[in-house]
Amino acid sequence: MYNQLTPEIVAQIKAVSDHVFEGEDINPDYAKDEMPIYGTKMPDLAVQPRSTEEVAAVMKICYENNIPVTPRGAGTGLAGGAVPLYGGVLIDISKMNRIISYDMENFVVNIEAGVLLNDLAQDCQSKGMLYPPDPGEKFACVGGNVATNAGGMRAVKYGATRDYVRAMTVVLPTGEITHLGATVSKTSSGYSLLNLMIGSEGTLGIITELTLKIIPAPKKVVSLIIPYKDLDTALSTVPKFKMAHMDPQAIEFMEREIVLASERYIGKAVFPQKLDGTEIGAYLLVTLDGNSEDEVENMIDQAAELVMEAGAVNVLIADTPTRIKDAWAARSSFLEAIMEETKLLDECDVVVPVNKIAEYLSFVNKTGEECGLIIRSFGHAGDGNLHIYQCSNDLTEEEFKKRVDKFFEIIYKAATDCGGLVSGEHGIGSGKIKYLVDSVGETNMALMEGIKRVFDPKMILNPGKVCYKL
Amino acid sequence: MNICVCIKQVPDTNEIKIDPVKHTLIRAGVPSIVNPFDTYAQEVGVRLKEKLGGRLVVITMGPPQAKEAIRSCLAVGADAGYLISGRKFGGSDTLATSYILSESIKAVEEKEGIKFDLILCGKQAIDGDTAQVGPEIAEHLGIPQVTYALDIKEVDGELQVKRECDAGYDMISVKLPAVVTVVKLPYEPRYPTYKTRKESKTKEIPVLSEADLTTIDLERCGLGGSPTKVKSTYTPVREKTGVVIRGMRAEAAAAKLVELVQDAKIL
Repeated sequence: MYNQLTPEIVAQIKAVSDHVFEGEDINPDYAKDEMPIYGTKMPDLAVQPRSTEEVAAVMKICYENNIPVTPRGAGTGLAGGAVPLYGGVLIDISKMNRIISYDMENFVVNIEAGVLLNDLAQDCQSKGMLYPPDPGEKFACVGGNVATNAGGMRAVKYGATRDYVRAMTVVLPTGEITHLGATVSKTSSGYSLLNLMIGSEGTLGIITELTLKIIPAPKKVVSLIIPYKDLDTALSTVPKFKMAHMDPQAIEFMEREIVLASERYIGKAVFPQKLDGTEIGAYLLVTLDGNSEDEVENMIDQAAELVMEAGAVNVLIADTPTRIKDAWAARSSFLEAIMEETKLLDECDVVVPVNKIAEYLSFVNKTGEECGLIIRSFGHAGDGNLHIYQCSNDLTEEEFKKRVDKFFEIIYKAATDCGGLVSGEHGIGSGKIKYLVDSVGETNMALMEGIKRVFDPKMILNPGKVCYKL
Repeated sequence: MNICVCIKQVPDTNEIKIDPVKHTLIRAGVPSIVNPFDTYAQEVGVRLKEKLGGRLVVITMGPPQAKEAIRSCLAVGADAGYLISGRKFGGSDTLATSYILSESIKAVEEKEGIKFDLILCGKQAIDGDTAQVGPEIAEHLGIPQVTYALDIKEVDGELQVKRECDAGYDMISVKLPAVVTVVKLPYEPRYPTYKTRKESKTKEIPVLSEADLTTIDLERCGLGGSPTKVKSTYTPVREKTGVVIRGMRAEAAAAKLVELVQDAKIL
């Protein structure tokens, strides 16, 4: 149904872009993201544009010639979203990485979509500001964060990426350039195309510029490492924070095995394995923030008393920048640590109601055992978003996939049954479409496909993702 | 085993910036921390104390705000802390500082009614980077010293010290009392618990000034007692020619590195 690139079309593209890669010059990484198990495929041509106009010109040629196009940022996705499943042209926006300007009266920053999250975070910090979304992968492009509505550690208090997007420039599949949203705090101005674009995973348009809300950075931040004898006790604490009117920035849960693996990987150990005579089985990592020393000291006291009463073994305080960095270093490297020690890997990032986490996870572990898979899990306890990894070092890929399919079928159904959803922050990509259908139903899938057709009548932009399979 | 740990409050050099015009350190708003090597010395000390019993006392010389540095050590296992602070001590170089510290150690022994078996220091401070104060304290006290220690064990009343050296490690036995300076360890210093941290907030930290150090020779303190003269300071020119490969997995990063090295015709 798509056309193949011809020398004439390539020449047309080269006429509008000086940043075209062909044949062996195409970066082999373009065939995959961080989850190659969902399939790999090289594009026939890659473009690394430097401006919105360049993206639009390339897109227009592809539209006119019916060539599939796949947008890509840093390629750190976990659902196969940036893989050019049907070949064609790949548009890598990672060189559009300028932080354009700050508007300190309206608390927004204007950036190109290829800016790395890490660079944006540091730049905001140097100005005393905070861009609250904090996904684990700091070297993802912010455009990709928006395209997947990435969440991250601080979502408990500050919300996900969606809550910080004020406006954007988008290249539509037809090659038209449009601007969505505005630098305003509220809107009741028609359908929110801005919110439709957020989380659309590059299927409705290519995000090239963003206006993002930032906030004054809290003056004082501390993290607490809270060890427990087991995961159930740890998770039972989580709802108690909000019930006690506490509002932590982050509440992460982690099991002993994954912490040990990660500390091995980064070569630095700060999580205690045995404390006050108790073998530690699980941890919560909690971050509190406030605007004065006294305010945060009071929070520490309140949080410590609350968790000790709920069965914590002790509470360790990370109260200096180095201690905070070290405490979070292990958490930030979980995925890399698992990859390092695992030959075959798949994952899911279901989100369930906060009060169902403990029950759901024990079901997941039991199912993993029944399916003959090693399960490693961690996640954002504060917002019910779980990262569950299936690992194997001895199965064949075929057998592994078979077992994982069975495992997913059971645990996604259980998530839906308890009021959860397929993905909290990684997206659907190509890897999770089947489970999305099971979870939201045919009616909603038909609405999504209908929306897709309005934006992309020829269905050429990122085909095979989210809601539309060829 | 009674242990004295000498610490220094230093600016967090991760946070330091240099004034592009005046070429001086911008200290405003830079947080203070305990010199990282001293935190390793303190951790080694606490582990020895936990094993062998005894008392661990932290001392530091500095302005009144250096009490915060002591407090953070009290939160991770120190039993007591003394601040050495006096107008006559200002402007001391490493020789004068180590002299004042050695006199302070004697005064603290008297106050605490104990004799220290071991004096621990970090190998050097991250602001001055001289690595002189620890060894000089040993000289002033007339006791043996081992520098760059990675591990310390007590064996039959002596210490066995694993010491970093260019060729690998030295294993050194040393009689007590002794001074040992400590490098970065293979493990991290413990974090304070909320209880130890809370207790540390209310602990009294005595201040010893020149009036409390009865045997001290004030001629050997402060600017007057410091043979080091700073003629000028300047910021070294930093040529940033390196390339950082980031955001990639190990195999991809290695492949990229080989590619870069080949492109540069180094291989």
